[in-house]
Amino acid sequence: MELFRSHVLVCAGTGCTSSASLKIIEEFEKQLEENNLEKEVKIVQTGCFGLCEAGPVVIVYPEGAFYSHIKVEDVKRITEEHLLKGRVVTDLLYKDAVIENQVRDIDEVDFYKKQKRIALRNCGLINPEDIEEYIAFDGYKALAKVLTEMKPEEVIEIIKESKLRGRGGGGFPAGLKWEFAAKAEGDEKYVACNADEGDPGAFMDRSVLEGDPHVIVEAMTIAGYAIGANKGYVYIRAEYPIAVKRLQLAIDDAKRMGLLGEKIFNTGFDFDLEIRLGAGAFVCGEETALINSIEGKRGMPRPRPPFPANKGIWNKPTLLNNVETYANIPQIILNGPEWFKSIGTETSKGTKVFALGGKINNTGLVEIPMGTTLREVIYEIGGGIPGGKEFKAVQTGGPSGGCIPAEHIDTPIDYDNLIELGSMMGSGGMIVMDEDNCMVDIARFFLDFTVDESCGKCPPCRIGTKRMLEILDKITEGNGTMEDIDNLERLAKNIKAASLCGLGQTAPNPVLSTLQYFREEYEAHVLEHRCPAGACKALSNYYILETCKGCGICMKACPVEAISGERKQVHVIDLDVCIKCGECMAKCPFDAIVRR
Amino acid sequence: MKSIADLEKIREAALERVNLRSDRQGIRIVVGMATCGIAAGARPVMMSFLDEIKKRGIEHVVVTQTGCIGACQYEPIVEVYDGDEKTTYIEMTVDKAKRVVLEHIVNGNIVDGYTIGSYKK
Repeated sequence: MELFRSHVLVCAGTGCTSSASLKIIEEFEKQLEENNLEKEVKIVQTGCFGLCEAGPVVIVYPEGAFYSHIKVEDVKRITEEHLLKGRVVTDLLYKDAVIENQVRDIDEVDFYKKQKRIALRNCGLINPEDIEEYIAFDGYKALAKVLTEMKPEEVIEIIKESKLRGRGGGGFPAGLKWEFAAKAEGDEKYVACNADEGDPGAFMDRSVLEGDPHVIVEAMTIAGYAIGANKGYVYIRAEYPIAVKRLQLAIDDAKRMGLLGEKIFNTGFDFDLEIRLGAGAFVCGEETALINSIEGKRGMPRPRPPFPANKGIWNKPTLLNNVETYANIPQIILNGPEWFKSIGTETSKGTKVFALGGKINNTGLVEIPMGTTLREVIYEIGGGIPGGKEFKAVQTGGPSGGCIPAEHIDTPIDYDNLIELGSMMGSGGMIVMDEDNCMVDIARFFLDFTVDESCGKCPPCRIGTKRMLEILDKITEGNGTMEDIDNLERLAKNIKAASLCGLGQTAPNPVLSTLQYFREEYEAHVLEHRCPAGACKALSNYYILETCKGCGICMKACPVEAISGERKQVHVIDLDVCIKCGECMAKCPFDAIVRR
Repeated sequence: MKSIADLEKIREAALERVNLRSDRQGIRIVVGMATCGIAAGARPVMMSFLDEIKKRGIEHVVVTQTGCIGACQYEPIVEVYDGDEKTTYIEMTVDKAKRVVLEHIVNGNIVDGYTIGSYKK
């Protein structure tokens, strides 16, 4: 094992990989060789740092210099200036990392300052493909402790005591789930991990698997010991190739080192893990559908009870938890339930990872203590709304959640508060919307998604969501009536009450919450045939203002020749010809074209 | 993997490799590696520090580099930061580096003879 004076950490999460971080790693290796630095500087590929907006991200230790938006061409400069001569290349640093010419440590950057990383603690710190780096940061220590010093009941007691709640969305107490599975009768039992992350825009679980796959292996093994199972399945979607690859490597390495397999730590405990790939159906995130899919059957839910804790995979007692829930387990074992309970609110302990997206400056992954307010997440960590636009609402919980309007922005985030506001924690998607987002259109977008993803087993979901979508289409096209709004509301309540599984039961939430907080927008569409946000195509038109300089750029940009006007005269758009593509507005150098 | 002791052994060995990412306390050995430092032979000095620390299995020590410290005539310069205390060693060589590791880092005694304060023409 070699010692190095400097480590260059390059993010190899999905986000940064898609912006060529692997090429950056290659270039660093080449540059180090050219400068004879291979023995002094080590290149490490890591999981997601969270600040995806600034990707590809490179961090150089021991300085903790935080480089953002790095291109292959920049590598030469970083190598020659920073690595060779020790001069941090300030102009390539993340903008917030330089204040009055003082380079700030990565932990001091606003984006990270308010975060508390438990589930993501190794993401962006270790090389996920190197089991020894995981062990260096106390990896597998919790497993060793559990197997050699604790009885299964004691493990369950600690998880119960910690008040950890399921991070997949429902928020069911994890310790209780473990206890049910442990007490269930059965000759064989299974542990399963739900990594079928389906919410549009959510990538928390993917990032944990990509950045710290061993934590899942370790936690599931602990769970196996606690409930008396010798076999585990990780159900993960095939569209997460990097996560699948790293998890498989983690399983193989753990087996090689005797951390999985037979007689782990010389005890009588055997445990094995297997990956099951899903085809990316949203409904397979529902636990009974997921179990069917693991068994090789069509991914459809069935009524509960019996719950998986009693009848799960192959009808055997099964413990099913989400990726992020598992990612908390080793830390709870090592630091004790009191430590975990000290973080968070009265009813929701610990932290939650959110995928921050939409109209926000710092798109990315954040982990915050429960009880942090939406305002802190959006303005302090997220850096606010781009272009000085006004915050309108935040959508949490993906297609099952709802929109929380600006008046509730100071609500502390926890399971119960979000449900009270008509939304939910969900798996952790957080989409920020500004004044340009039409709330009817947002509801329509999510309904469109659920209609596609409904498995079709029960009529309320299969037929009901389709009817809701049709009504929403009608309203956004300007053909809605007030009766439609009433019908929509009634349908939504009925679908919620009558659907078989969580997908149908929560699918109306986006509609119900927008109706609750933004009813006037629905009414504007219906009564005035107007979209207040100017987002619904059918209800808005492009106009050229008096400030037009008559440069003719819009005229050239228009693909259907709808714009006319003399040079240096105000131009006009022929609304009958216009196809509302928006090209003219995008090209106008004087911001003289508006949509309303 | 047979026991906790086995795991601990791997952990200790691996920690040495990665602790510069998390360790912000500990001792920092900073080698001046500007053009002047490199020309005066800073690179072998730094490698000597790295080798010696590895050989002795010392934890919580970070070796890093910096730019020109400003006293080019005394290069290679090495600064050792231990808490609030800073020691500046000048005109370092491979052998001097080894002695600094042994006496200063391991035993906690500053090698007075090598410091900038004791420099005499």
